[in-house]
Order: sequence, then C-alpha cells, then structure tokens
Amino acid sequence: MRCLTCILILLLYIQTAAARTLKVGRQQAFTTIAAAIAVAQNNDTVLVEAGIYREKNLIISRSIVLLGLNHPELDGEKKYEIITIRADNVVVDGFKLSHSGVSSLDDLAGIRIHNCHNVTVRNNILDDTFFGIYSQLGINCTIENNKLTAYGEAELQSGNGIHCWKSDSMKIIANTVSGHRDGIYFEFVTNSIIWRNDSYNNIRYGLHFMFSHNDAYITNIFRNNGAGVAVMYSHGVKMIHNFFEKNWGDAAYGLLLKEISDSYIDGNYFNENTSGIYMEGTSRLEVVQNVFSFNGWGMKIQASCMDNTITRNNFQSNTFDVGTNGSLVLNSFEQNYWDKYEGYDLNRDNTGDVPYRPVSMYSMIVEKNPAAMMLFRSFITSLLDRSEKILPTLTPENLKDDHPLMKPLPL
Amino acid sequence: MKKIIKYVFTDILRNKIVLGYTAFLLVMSLSVFNLEDNTSKGLLSLLNVVLIIVPLVSVIFSTIYIYNSAEFVELLVSQPLRRKHIWTSLYTGLAGSLSLAFLIGAGVPILLYAPAGTGAVMTGMGLLLTIIFVSIALLAAVITRDKAKGIGMAIFLWLYFALLFDGLVLFILFQFQDYPLEKFMLVATAFNPIDLSRIMILLKMDISALMGFTGAVFRDFFGSGTGFIIAIGILVTWAAVLFWLSLRRFNRKDL
Amino acid sequence: MIIANNVSKKFGRLKALDNVSVTCNNGECIALIGPNGSGKTTFIKSILGMVMPDQGFITFNGKNILHDWQYRRYIGYMPQIGRYPDNMTIGQVFNMMKDIRTGSGNNDTDESLVDGFGLKPLLQKRMRTLSGGTRQKVSASLAFLFKPDVLILDEPTAGLDPVAAEVLKEKILFEKSCGRLILITSHILSELDDLITQVIYMQDGQVKFHKKLEELQKDTGEQKLAKAIAAVMKRSV
Repeated sequence: MRCLTCILILLLYIQTAAARTLKVGRQQAFTTIAAAIAVAQNNDTVLVEAGIYREKNLIISRSIVLLGLNHPELDGEKKYEIITIRADNVVVDGFKLSHSGVSSLDDLAGIRIHNCHNVTVRNNILDDTFFGIYSQLGINCTIENNKLTAYGEAELQSGNGIHCWKSDSMKIIANTVSGHRDGIYFEFVTNSIIWRNDSYNNIRYGLHFMFSHNDAYITNIFRNNGAGVAVMYSHGVKMIHNFFEKNWGDAAYGLLLKEISDSYIDGNYFNENTSGIYMEGTSRLEVVQNVFSFNGWGMKIQASCMDNTITRNNFQSNTFDVGTNGSLVLNSFEQNYWDKYEGYDLNRDNTGDVPYRPVSMYSMIVEKNPAAMMLFRSFITSLLDRSEKILPTLTPENLKDDHPLMKPLPL
Repeated sequence: MKKIIKYVFTDILRNKIVLGYTAFLLVMSLSVFNLEDNTSKGLLSLLNVVLIIVPLVSVIFSTIYIYNSAEFVELLVSQPLRRKHIWTSLYTGLAGSLSLAFLIGAGVPILLYAPAGTGAVMTGMGLLLTIIFVSIALLAAVITRDKAKGIGMAIFLWLYFALLFDGLVLFILFQFQDYPLEKFMLVATAFNPIDLSRIMILLKMDISALMGFTGAVFRDFFGSGTGFIIAIGILVTWAAVLFWLSLRRFNRKDL
Repeated sequence: MIIANNVSKKFGRLKALDNVSVTCNNGECIALIGPNGSGKTTFIKSILGMVMPDQGFITFNGKNILHDWQYRRYIGYMPQIGRYPDNMTIGQVFNMMKDIRTGSGNNDTDESLVDGFGLKPLLQKRMRTLSGGTRQKVSASLAFLFKPDVLILDEPTAGLDPVAAEVLKEKILFEKSCGRLILITSHILSELDDLITQVIYMQDGQVKFHKKLEELQKDTGEQKLAKAIAAVMKRSV
C-alpha cells in the first residue's frame, strides 16, 4: 500500500515536471489550436498568439490552461459552438470569441463548461455569441472579468449571457453583459455568488433566478434591462448592495420576486424603475436599508405575500410608495422614511407620532383599473386621496408604518 | 386694432388684480422651490397651481373684465371700427396680459429652478391654459347679458374641466372596466384641455410611473415628436374654436 | 343718405321695429318722436350697426351697412346715456377717440363744444366721478368732435342745464346750416321747434308718419310742434 502511494506521488511529480507550454501561432510549432490541444497533456499550457482562428468547435478534454496573448480571436463563423470544456481544472483566459452559431435546438455557446469542476473562464471578450458562457453541471467554477456583448433583438432569437444550469458553488465576478436575452441566468444553481457584475440593455432580465437556493448577489449593477431582475421559486437568497436602475416598461421591475422565501434584501438602490420591487407569493423576506427613489411604484406587494418585514428603508420621490391588490396585509412596515409623510413628531425622537399609510386610494384604483392612469395627479384623485386618509374605505387598514422616521436614513 | 389692444392692455395692467395675481404666483413658486428640499415635490405643488389656479383666475378675471368693459365696448361699436377687431383686441389684451402675468410670476421661476424639459413644458402648458380659459370666459360673457349668470357659467365651466369631467371619466372607467379603454382614454383627454396639459407635463415629470401598462399608451402617443405637436395643436384648437364661437356670437350681438 | 327698408326687429316677443321704412337726406334735421318704448332708440342703434335687424336693410350713401363699418366715420353719435370706461379721465377718453378716429384720416377736430361746455379744466377727472350732466356734455362733445356728415343725437338735452342746452342748440343750428343730416330724438318737444325740418312719428315699432314740419302744421292747424303732436296722438286714440 505504501509502495503504491509512493508510485502515485512519483507519477504526479513526473507529470508536473513534464508540464509543457505549447505555442500556437503563424510562426510557431502549431498553427492551429486544435492541433495543440490534441497533443496537450494534463497541466500543459497552450499559449495562443494574436490572430484570427477559425477552428470550428474546440473541445478541451484534458486539464489544460488555454491562454491567449492580446486576445486572439476565435471565430465560430455563425455555425459552431466555439469552446467546449469537458475536463476539470481547465483555464480559458484572454480570448476574443465571436460569432458563435445560433440554433433553436441546441443552446450553442461561446464557452461551454460541461459536467466538470474547478474550471476558470476569465478575461475573455465575447462578441455576438448566442449563449455566452454556459455552465452545465459545473461545480466550483469561476467566471471572471469577461465582457459579453450580443445584439439580440427578439427574446426568442437570443440566448443568455452567463447561463448556469444545475451547477453549484459558482463564482460569477466582475463580468459585463449586454444585449442578451437574460444577462445572467441561474437555474438549479446553489451556493453560488454573483459579485460586481454589470448587466445592462438585455432584452429580458438583467439577472434571472429560477429554483436556485442559497445564493448571494452583491454589488451588481442592473440597468436598462427589458424587465429588470427576476428572482423566482428560490429560498435563502441574499441580495446586497445592488443597483437596480431605469428598468422601464409595461412589465418591468427593478426586482421581481416570485415565490421567494427566507431571503434578505439589504442596502440596495432602486432608482427610476416602473416598480422598484414587485413581490408575489413571498414569505419571510427581510427588506432593510434600501433606497427607493424616483420609481413609479416603490414596492408592489401582492396580497399573496406574508411575513415580510420592510424596515429602515428610504422612500423618496416615488410616484406611489407602495401598491397592493387586496385588503389582506400580513407584512410589516416599520421605521421607514417616507418623504410623503405629513405627520408630526412632538417628542422629537425622530419618529412620527401618527402612522403613515403608504398606499393611496388612487393607487388602489389604478391597480383595479389601469385605465384610470389617465387621471394621474388630477384634482379629483387628490381629493379622493385626502378623503380616504380621513376615512379609509378602499385602502387596507393594516398596511401602515406605525413608526415612520422624520428624517431620511443616511444610506 | 393695435390701438385698441394698447388701451385694453394698459387698462388691465393698471388693474391691481393682475398685479396681485403676478405677485401671488411669484411668491408661490419661489417659496415652493426654496422651501421644499426636493424639487420634485415643489414641482408637484406647482403642477396644481398651473392646472387649477391659473385656469380659475384666467376665467373669472376675464369674465368680470368683459362685463365691466361693456360700456367701453358699446362706445367702440358706435365708432368706425370692425366688431371683429374690437373683440379680437379685447381677447388679445386679456390673453396677453394674463400670459405675461403667468410668465413673470410662474414661468421665470420654473424655468430657473426646474429641470429644463419639465420647466419648458410646464410653462408652455400654463400659457396655453391661460389663453384657453380666456376664450372660455369670452364665450360665457358673450352668451349671457346678465353678469351674475355669466360669471356663474364661467365658474361652472372651470369646475367642469377641473373636476367634474374627471369624475365622469372615472365613473365611465368603472362602468366599462371589462372593456379595453385605452383608445377611449386618448380621445377623452383631447376633450379636456386641463387633462391634456396635465398628461403632457407628467410625461416629462413622472416618467417612471407612466412607463406602466396604460401610461405607455400616452407615452407612445404623446411622447413622440408628432404626438407632442398634435397635443399642442389640440390645445391651440381649443383656444381658437372657443374664441371663434364667441366672436361669431359677438358679431351678431345687439348692444 | 340714410334709407331704411322694411326694417324689423324683435326682442323676444316684443316687436321693437315693425317694417320701418324711412329716407333721410342731407341738410335735413329730423325729429324722431314717439312715446316711450316706441322703438326710437332701437332704430338709431340699427343705423349705427349696434342692433342687427331681423329683416330689411339699411343703406348709408347707397351702401348696405350690414358687415360694413367704414360708414360710421361719417356719423357722430350722442347716446341717451353716455357710458364710458370708469377709470379713464375725460382727457383720456378724448385722446383715445381721436386716436381711434384719426386713423381713418380725420385729423382736424372741432373742439368748439369742449370749450363751450367748459370741459377743459375738467380733463383730469375720472369718468366715474362725473355727474350725469357732465357725462352728457362729454357725449355731445364727442359727437361733434370729428365734424361728421350725420349727427345722431339721442335725447341730447336730457340732464343738461339750461345754459348748456342752449349752447348745444346753437351748435345744432350751426351744423344744420352747414348742410349736415341731423337726427334727434327728444321728449321735450318745445325745444325742437326752431331746429327741425321734418318729423318722424313712431309708435309700437311702426312709423306712423314722416312729414315735413310745414305739412304737419298745415294738417293739424297747430303752429307749435308739441300741440301738433298732441293733436295727432289724440286723433289716433
């Protein structure tokens, strides 16, 4: 047994010692990357010089480092998937990948990580790819500092930027994604982190979560996406210090939450969205220390939400602070700052002495009958709102903040 | 005609009510911008001034002025002057001086403090509403000979455009809420200059909320360059048609 | 000069003018006489275009006055009750009228009545502070100010003091001698004796007769106008 271990260690040593660098380029030993990959052993490095390579589909099935110098361009000629990774510990670094194939049957990608772990994809530029970086059954992979640009026009004819399916412990860091269907897409992905990414001008969502539990996304920017960000059917999601901006449109939300539970939303900024947060069927969410400003609706909370706490947020310059569709309210609002609050603070403890009701009668009317938007900010609706404040009939009795703050929180 | 305009204009500007109106607007808009810590709240207060107070003052002041200058009009009619010119001069004098008052009192502060696009649209709509409600006043004043009735009618018309019309629309919206009402809404706004002005201002001011489902209908229609021109066209038509009706009536009126 | 042709006007159910046809020529001084509410003022206002006839038409120098306004520059009108913008001064009213009318090429003005009534020292007074008599003086002065070819005077001496009435009468006589057409309505018939050449008698909106003064005197056998009219009224009852 001991002997066997020794042999193994020795073998490993030999392998490491034998790690070679295979150079690819016009004046080098290999003129195509495929040829270099074919002879590369585990731990070898394939170094590719600048140039344009049309290699059809590169399949990496050994643990190698594929390194590009000055972003050599891999052209998929609009037919092929460009790189497919089928081995663990692979690194793809410093390439420009362009014009992947488009297919409605297969999800062709710029780079596919297929059923392997510890893969790193970094510093690549993906231009005009169908799917960008596609992780399928990937574990503990890092996707870092890539720039993904697509030029999709319709939702059905375009793929996602960074697409992860049935993966675990992924690290998605500092990527820039635009023009895809969804900027970043997670389905059945667990224990992963999405950090410092910039996702904008995507056709559908900047970030799309489905059935992905115990993930965190931190300090990302989601701007100008067709429908904002959607987080659905998941639990244990931490959303911290992200920026949700300018998601405008008919069904656009800064953050759409559907069937989410036990999650945490902290320190985010919701600016100039049609709805800052839209919640449906959520439970046990903590929404704390966020800033909602210049949104059409700060939050829309459907009656199917329960046990959510909304505490210590700033609501400023929103058209409507909170909208809802029913009279049942099982959520609590506490100690938020509302710029529309007109109460007083006699004992000067920075907490208003009368409760604030963030739902106006008019927002209830619009919820029931969207065409009433025509009367937005008209004399009659402000009269209705005034009378409703004195004698609530339509707005939910329990939807109120009993301890509204007099001054905005320093967020 | 220029001479009559000159007399009407100087006569109105000498009137303390117009000076008071200017001062009121000035104090109002300056205090709104200086006291409110956020501009959007200030703009909201001014929106109500533009949509409610400006039409009210315009319509009441103009109606009373027309009745009070009945003698003057009678004197002019017996002179070698066209009736058309007399009436147009009165209109120009009233609309001009009230617009001037609005421009000094509210327009200048708005243009100074508010974001450029919103400020320009708000000022423009205020001016258009002023001339439309002067037209309404002229029509009310020429229809009835009785001063009390005329002023009553003017106030009622203001109330109708500021409040009752919207109440009616709300009622219709709820009666027919199972039907698609977007087209109806677009058409309905054209029938109320106050609604139309409000939506034009809001398209600049509350862009986020109007991006929602129905807001999009307005944005798509009035938000475009052509839509903007159409909206201005509708408002100008309001002023022109009402004035033309009053002029026709005045041409045949026995004094 | 002024020809009314079958002019009718109704105010509601009241027939203010009923088929009125009249011809008035230069150099004539015509008294328009009739009981209260007989349509005298309505007829005058029709000539001035202030009231629109329902039927018939009026011509001035051969032109239909409907839709015309230029002809009014040849008319001086003194209304029954002169009403002016309250917060203008007398001087401003005169200036404004001159301003309006000089545009039509009438530059030299006849201010003899302004002097005759002694209005010069009052020019700074506001119209609302004036007495009825002073207003009448202003109205009369304005009517004669632009040397019009036609003078239409509605109750010119009502409210004037005897001295002013005499000044006005002198002025009318003078204008008559200049060959202008003068239309006067008055209740005080005795004043009209020396002035008029013709009489139009109206009742219930109709012209009962239009005669030369001499003819009327011959018909009734009365020298004084007042008595002649009284005789006519008696006969018609």
